[in-house]
Amino acid sequence: MSSPNDSLFGIHAQALELWQRRAQVLAANLANADTPGYLARDINFRRVLAQAGSADATLPLARTGSGVDLGGSSGDSIARAPLEYQVPLQPALDGNTVSTQVEQAAFAQNAIHYQASLTFINAQIQMLRTAINGS
Amino acid sequence: MSLFTVFDTAASGLLAQQVRLNTTASNLANADSVASSPQAAYRAREPVFAALANPHSPSGAALGVRVAGITESPVPVGVRHEPGNPLADAQGNVYTPNVNPVDELVNMISASRSYQNDVEVMNTAKLLLQKTLSLGS
Repeated sequence: MSSPNDSLFGIHAQALELWQRRAQVLAANLANADTPGYLARDINFRRVLAQAGSADATLPLARTGSGVDLGGSSGDSIARAPLEYQVPLQPALDGNTVSTQVEQAAFAQNAIHYQASLTFINAQIQMLRTAINGS
Repeated sequence: MSLFTVFDTAASGLLAQQVRLNTTASNLANADSVASSPQAAYRAREPVFAALANPHSPSGAALGVRVAGITESPVPVGVRHEPGNPLADAQGNVYTPNVNPVDELVNMISASRSYQNDVEVMNTAKLLLQKTLSLGS
């Protein structure tokens, strides 16, 4: 993604996308808190964001048969970020590895991080607005 | 926008827990209903949940939860000698359901907590979306 928005908001636009995906994964864990045999998943935020933040060249780009670059963006790498399995603190007898309290805590933390990223983006917008208006 | 799919995931959880509460209510309501044969006696029912896998990426996050089926408890039904009961068979026995009220109450509490969890997830997703919409204002 080399749109001007990228340099404007820095890493926060990508972080926002990643927090959203993590919210989805954690919501799935919570919905399956009583499903026998369900294994809790999660995203390793640090690793995925480090990949997305590093030069796009290090990411495998999708190519068509004729060798035309499809322009795989860092946004794609976030959408395809690998999910990992959580190490269960106390697996249930039915094979379920979701610990509801841990998931709740992670979900709350995720929401706060999302809002933090929003705040950064908002501050950037405010700054530009001040620069444009000159007041 | 993947925050919208959080709503679907939480909704599937709400639905599944509703089914669970429903079976619990049915079991408790029938805890004392007797029958004149072991086959006709009420058996405790319990839903079985299964993760709803994403058909486009089976290794990805689950889309939610679904009720795979409703099972009947294999515990044998009880027998009570009540010759005066109009439902009694030739030997004067009536057959009581295999509902364990303690199990049902535990199930009810668990279902209620899980339901609350899913509601909270929905509320949080709504809050985040609202904040995103008001970006830059």
